[in-house]
Amino acid sequence: MRTNSRKTFLSREQRLGLWFISPWLIGFVLLTLYPILATLYLSFTDYRVLSPPRWVGWANYRELLLDTENFWPSLGNTVFFFLELPLALILGLALALLLNQKLRGMTIYRTLFYLPSIVPVVANAMLWLWLLNPEHGLVNTGLRAVHIPAPAWLASPLWAKPALIVMDLWAVGGSMVIYLAALQGVPTSLYEAADLDGANAFQKLVSVTLPAISPVIFFNLIMGVIGTFQYFTQTFVMTKGGPDKATLFYALYLYQNAFQYFRMGAACAMAWLLFLVTLAATFLVFKTSAGWVYYEGER
Amino acid sequence: MKHKTLSGIAGHIALIALSLLFLAPFAFMVSTSLKDEKQVFTETIQWIPSPIHWENYPAALLSFPFWTYLKNTLMICVGTVTGTLVSAALPAYGFARLRWRGRDAMFYLMIATIMLPAQVTQLPIFLIFRSLGWTGTFLPLIVPSFFGNAFSIFLLRQFFLTIPEELSDAARMDGCSEWGIFWRILLPLSKPALATVALFAFMGAWTDFQGPLIYVHDEAQYTLAIGLSSFLGRHGGQWNLLMAAATVVTIPLIVAFFFAQRTFIQGIAVTGMKG
Repeated sequence: MRTNSRKTFLSREQRLGLWFISPWLIGFVLLTLYPILATLYLSFTDYRVLSPPRWVGWANYRELLLDTENFWPSLGNTVFFFLELPLALILGLALALLLNQKLRGMTIYRTLFYLPSIVPVVANAMLWLWLLNPEHGLVNTGLRAVHIPAPAWLASPLWAKPALIVMDLWAVGGSMVIYLAALQGVPTSLYEAADLDGANAFQKLVSVTLPAISPVIFFNLIMGVIGTFQYFTQTFVMTKGGPDKATLFYALYLYQNAFQYFRMGAACAMAWLLFLVTLAATFLVFKTSAGWVYYEGER
Repeated sequence: MKHKTLSGIAGHIALIALSLLFLAPFAFMVSTSLKDEKQVFTETIQWIPSPIHWENYPAALLSFPFWTYLKNTLMICVGTVTGTLVSAALPAYGFARLRWRGRDAMFYLMIATIMLPAQVTQLPIFLIFRSLGWTGTFLPLIVPSFFGNAFSIFLLRQFFLTIPEELSDAARMDGCSEWGIFWRILLPLSKPALATVALFAFMGAWTDFQGPLIYVHDEAQYTLAIGLSSFLGRHGGQWNLLMAAATVVTIPLIVAFFFAQRTFIQGIAVTGMKG
C-alpha cells in the first residue's frame, strides 16, 4: 500500500494531514502569505486608497530613510524602549525565583503578581494616566512623601518613555509565570549534584538555574523585541505620540501613515522593514535555540 | 533548621511588601472610583473615602452607552471564541496525532507566524475587507478567527501529544476513522485545553483595541475598549467616573481569572508565551 501511494502526487497520509490542517493552511495563504506579498508590492507604490496604486520604485523607502522629522524619532523611541526588556527580565525572574522557594501561600502571591497583566489595555491606560498624574497621582504623592523630586511623567518629553516603562513593568506577572514554569521544570537531580559539589545558592543560580532556563529567557527577549515594535495602544490612548514626539513609536507612526495620512505606500514600506527585523529575529530563535519548546510526548 | 525559618520569614516579608506594591494601583483605582470631585483632589491620599460615593458607578455607566458597547463586545467575543475553537482543534490533531511527510515543515512555518507582527499583514487585510464592503461591520473582527490561530493550535497540539497513543491505536483496530478518533476520543479528553483556548480567545477579543479602531466607525458599534477611550476623551479629568468605568471593564476579567486560574496559568506555562 505504501509503495502504491508514493506514485500519486500526495500520499494518503499527506492528504489526510493536509485536510486536518486545512483551516490553518487556507488562513495562512489568504491572511498571511498573500498580505505579506501585497504589503511588499504596495511598499513600492504611491497608494492613497481612493485612487489605484501607482508604481514609484524605492521612493517610499528613500523618503522614510531621509525622514528625520518622524521616522527616525519613531525608530529611536522604539529602540530606547528596548531598555524595558532587561528590566522586565530581571524583575520577572526575581519574582519567579522568590516564588519558587516553596513557601506557604505561593499560589496567592503568584495570583497577586499576575493580576495586573490581565487588566484590559485601555482600562490600564486610563488607570496609569491617573496614577502618573503629576499633581494628585499615587506615584508622585508617594515620591513626595519620601522627598524624592517628582517628575511630570507623561507630560515631560524626558520622562514620558520611562513612565510607560514603569506602567509596563507593573504587568511583569505575565513573564513571571513563564519563568516560574521554566524554573519548576529544572530537574532536581541537577541541584542535588550541585549540592554534592558544595555549591552555594548563588553558584547554583549561575551555573544550574540560569543555563537550564536560558532558552526561555532568550525566547522571551526576542518576543520582547518584536513586541516593542508593535507597541501601539498605550501610546495611542495615553499620549498620541507626545509630548514633543517623545512617545511616537514605530507602530504608532505606521498607523498614522496608513489611517490618518492615508499614505498606504509609506505605511507598507514601514511594515516591510518591520517584517525584515522579525525575519532576522525568527531566524535567530530557530538557529540558536532548538530547545525553547518542551515537547512532552514527542517521539 | 533555624537558618531555614529565618530565610523563610525574610522571603515572606519581601513577598508581602511586593504584593502591596502590586496591589496599590488597584486600590487607588477602586478608591478613586468611590470619591466625589473634592475627595479626589486632596493633598494626602484618603484610601477609604468618607462618605463613599457609590453613585459614581451608575453615573459613569449612564454617561456613555455602556450596555450597547457591552453587547457589541460580547458579540465579537462569542464569534471569536467559536471561530477559534472550531478552527484550532482540527489542525492541532493533524500536527499532533497524524504522521505525514511535510508535517514538521508546516508546523515550523506555523510557529514562525506567531512571531509575525500584525502590522505586516494588517493593511492588505484591511483593503480586502474594505473591498468586500465589510468595514463598519463586525465581520473583519470575527471571520479571521475561523482560520486557525497559530497560538491556539500550538496549545492544543501540546495537549494532544500528552494523550496516550494506545487509545488511538485501539480505536483504529476497531475500524474507527481518524475523524472518529478526533471527534469521539481526543476532543472529549481535551476539555481543559479547549477551555484554555476559549479563555485566551475571549480575553483577546475583550481587550482588542486596534481591530475595532480600524474597522468600526459608527458609535453604535463601539466595543468597550473603543468606548472607554472615547469616554476618556470626553471626560478627561473626571477621574472618579473614569476609574469607575475602568473598574467595571476590568472586573469581568478578574472574575474569569479567579474561576479559571489553573487553566490560565497552565496555558501560559505550556506555550511559554504571554496571552
